[in-house]
Amino acid sequence: MQVAPSETSALNNYVPELRQQLFHYVLQLADTSLILGHRLSEWCGHGPVLEQDLAMANIALDLLGETRSLYQYAAELEGKGGTEDDLAFLRIATEYRNPLLVEQPNGDFAATVARQFLFDNFHYHFLRELHASTDERLAAIAEKAVKEAAYHLKWTSEWLIRLGDGTEESRQRLDQALASLWRYSGELTTPTATEKALQAAGIIPDYAGLLPKMEAHLNHVFQEATVPVPQGVFMMTGGKEGRHSEHLGYILAELQYMQRTYPGMKW
Amino acid sequence: MVTTAPTEERIWQLLEEVSDPEVPVLSILDLGIVRSVQVEGEKVTVSITPTYSGCPAMNTIATDIRLRLLAEGITSVTIHNQLSPAWTTDWMSQAGRQKLEAYGIAPPVDGTATGHVLNLFGKDTAVRCPLCKSDHTHLVSQFGSTACKAHYQCDDCHEPFDYFKCHA
Repeated sequence: MQVAPSETSALNNYVPELRQQLFHYVLQLADTSLILGHRLSEWCGHGPVLEQDLAMANIALDLLGETRSLYQYAAELEGKGGTEDDLAFLRIATEYRNPLLVEQPNGDFAATVARQFLFDNFHYHFLRELHASTDERLAAIAEKAVKEAAYHLKWTSEWLIRLGDGTEESRQRLDQALASLWRYSGELTTPTATEKALQAAGIIPDYAGLLPKMEAHLNHVFQEATVPVPQGVFMMTGGKEGRHSEHLGYILAELQYMQRTYPGMKW
Repeated sequence: MVTTAPTEERIWQLLEEVSDPEVPVLSILDLGIVRSVQVEGEKVTVSITPTYSGCPAMNTIATDIRLRLLAEGITSVTIHNQLSPAWTTDWMSQAGRQKLEAYGIAPPVDGTATGHVLNLFGKDTAVRCPLCKSDHTHLVSQFGSTACKAHYQCDDCHEPFDYFKCHA
């Protein structure tokens, strides 16, 4: 990689413990966009129509771009001379910190739209506030990514409405998708100990402040889609602390294949 | 051969000759992605800002800048990837916009960024067809052939075309 990052955050201003927590958290963000971007890229060439195939590939690419900025920063925070590629290709599933939602299989188009909507509704509102982070590097990454996330959320919101308020079959498929995926939505805004520490330090936004905005948008979209908002569902957590569903291992097996087979291979 | 230390002005002239690999009709200056040029003795630092986070052209552009400067004997080049302030189509030059349209890509219509407004099923941006210049066009998909473009079709000449999205 020839492009040197120029935002030199005052890395040394962080006490070692906070720096370690920030490292883990930046990994969490990077893992999340990498795994979701990879899932979306699995649609490439298989979309229901060409335009939506391209849309999913575009969103995957945006997420991958965000991933790279985040892994580059994480590698600097770790301070061991590693690169973005080491972090993406040489960690095992239990070291990955993405929430469970993003590793769920693509299923049909409705399942992919539902998964993406639940993520985008968090991602967009989260990035808007992360832009005000006291950490300059995260603020810069958020400033860039939020413009893209706005397009993503518009796309998923409109598709959720089309599917919900569409044909009998599209509605049935969306209902099935939400029945299996809703349980993973709560983890996005359930802070881990690491997140709580970073929220207290003003580095990342408090999720309590995000929830009303996320709920307002979600309620609006579900109402337009004529879909009831699921209630009283037990929320699964653990992905952000490395406890994953079996799906992640299969993703990494494919994603990391070349680097595991030919260690140190360069493009 | 006598080499003199490069001037900032000379570097800018050379950068004008580096084109966007995905829209070769535009120079990287037309595109507005070069943020600054610094010259200290023989050392040159160029700061560029990505149009979209995942723009795959950024690596190629960095290489192309190095090669162009190398051809002038400038070997000590640092290229910074600057994320903030985030790139906006406001930085695209007027000349660049005209070149885009002549090339068959509709240039960004200022003030129409999706930005932070989620107007679901809102009206499409009115974009002029770069081929027959008709204003009767419609949005096919917000996501086009590259991250920075949307896909439109003209209702008069029926030609599908790319629209360089307004990004502010």
